[in-house]
Amino acid sequence: MKNLIHSAYWWTDERLDLGGLEAFVKHKTVPQHAHSFWYYWGGLSLLFFLVQIFTGVLLLVYYRPGPDAYESVRQITFNTSFGWLIRSAHSWAANLMIATVSIHMFSVYFMKAYRKPREFGWWTGLGLLGLAMVFGFSGYLLPMDQLAFFATKVGLDIPSQLPVLGPKLAALVRGSLEVNEYTVQRFFALHAVILPLLFVPLLGLHLWLVQKHGNALPPSEERKPAAQRKSIPFFPNFLMKDLAMWLIAINVLAVLASLYPWDLGAQADPIQPAPVGIHPEWYFMSAFQVLKVLGDWIPGKAGEFVGLGLFTVAIIGWMLVPLYDANSQAGRRARNATYFGLLLLIASIATTLWGYLAI
Amino acid sequence: MMNAPNPQNQPPGQGFANRRTFVRVAAGGIGLCYAAALGYPVYRYLESPIEKAEGLVIVNEVTLPEARKLGPGTALMFKFGSRPAMLIHHANDQWVALIAVCKHLGCTVQYQAEKDRIYCACHGGVYNSYTGANISGPPPKPLDRLDVKLSEAAVVVSRPSQPA
Repeated sequence: MKNLIHSAYWWTDERLDLGGLEAFVKHKTVPQHAHSFWYYWGGLSLLFFLVQIFTGVLLLVYYRPGPDAYESVRQITFNTSFGWLIRSAHSWAANLMIATVSIHMFSVYFMKAYRKPREFGWWTGLGLLGLAMVFGFSGYLLPMDQLAFFATKVGLDIPSQLPVLGPKLAALVRGSLEVNEYTVQRFFALHAVILPLLFVPLLGLHLWLVQKHGNALPPSEERKPAAQRKSIPFFPNFLMKDLAMWLIAINVLAVLASLYPWDLGAQADPIQPAPVGIHPEWYFMSAFQVLKVLGDWIPGKAGEFVGLGLFTVAIIGWMLVPLYDANSQAGRRARNATYFGLLLLIASIATTLWGYLAI
Repeated sequence: MMNAPNPQNQPPGQGFANRRTFVRVAAGGIGLCYAAALGYPVYRYLESPIEKAEGLVIVNEVTLPEARKLGPGTALMFKFGSRPAMLIHHANDQWVALIAVCKHLGCTVQYQAEKDRIYCACHGGVYNSYTGANISGPPPKPLDRLDVKLSEAAVVVSRPSQPA
């Protein structure tokens, strides 16, 4: 028996070079220093994405897009054994994934892991975050409850303010003049087919780049002489720690999903007014509050345009930071990039809190 | 982008470069034709329900028989064409009808009897409940008004005869 396994291994190795992979895993190390804690957050984001695939496929078994959407989610939540748990886990893991991705992004930013040669790691990561937000926006409509209805209505009215192509584009995504069964059907196609087709290969590229370049060292470690830097083997040492973090994350998800099951509101009714106290999810709260305040200060459409312009400038600056702070160790540009990151971080936390206080 | 002709690799004369340019432009043009031939049906296919909805008979008038029983100081939500609309019976017996779509980002507004105002819960826009004028918050314009005619049996709401 042992011989058979051995010869099967050699047969495969001859054709696929398993030895090369083995050598790669053996030699891969992960740096260890005061900021090593932040190396786990990409992996945690990956875990939540895997949970999304698993629970998403399970929801697919019973979910019906189109005019039946609300009824099918109601059946999943109340008439299907553990349906509430699968749906709750899907919603909670989506939120946790946005949270871990944000932590991952800010830690990469402040550790300056975007510098040469890791620019494409930064850009593919931002691409993944953008796709994750579209995942969130499209998935939010699928239950077709009141909150979902108004979130989509407002979300699509923002691009339709853009001149010339805006209204056409929004109508094309909406598939109708109002948010209705056509909208939910095409959001479903987007959420369950198109976005995964884009996300998975981009994620593959992102992960391949991480393997190619290895973990980035923060500037404080780079300054140390090579002999003083410490690292641990990836296999099994770091992998075990990684898996321990995954276990903690799964426990957190299980507690949240089972003790705070995700709610299903009243069915969307196109003639009912928006309920008082309606507000977006936490990850859109900062943008919501900024638009709201600017709308109060600058009356008319100008407020919206100022807000959207501000977001565009901030996002472009964020994207281009690897080109601005390309390889400086502790120069002026490196400090400016850090201040810009702190400004965005503090501004988004402050406007989020302000948004919740103002409800 | 076009490459400058390289004298070492190219036979003398401009004929070769011109032919290459021609092939490039032609290939690009044919490529664009294919993209359009593919893109146009796909665009029309995706846009089809919007065309259908726009092609429906435009609603000019809605009769609301049950609205005659609407008590003073209350409002009734109804559909005017594809859009939600609101009929308010004011305490002073004045009747007002408006398209209930907020001019800010399109949420459906509500009548708040205790404050006698129209309110949008999404971003806090406030409108006058008699005229539809925007009072505070982000809305840039007044709500669209509708004409109201009262009869014995019903309330008839119609498109304004003179656009405001």
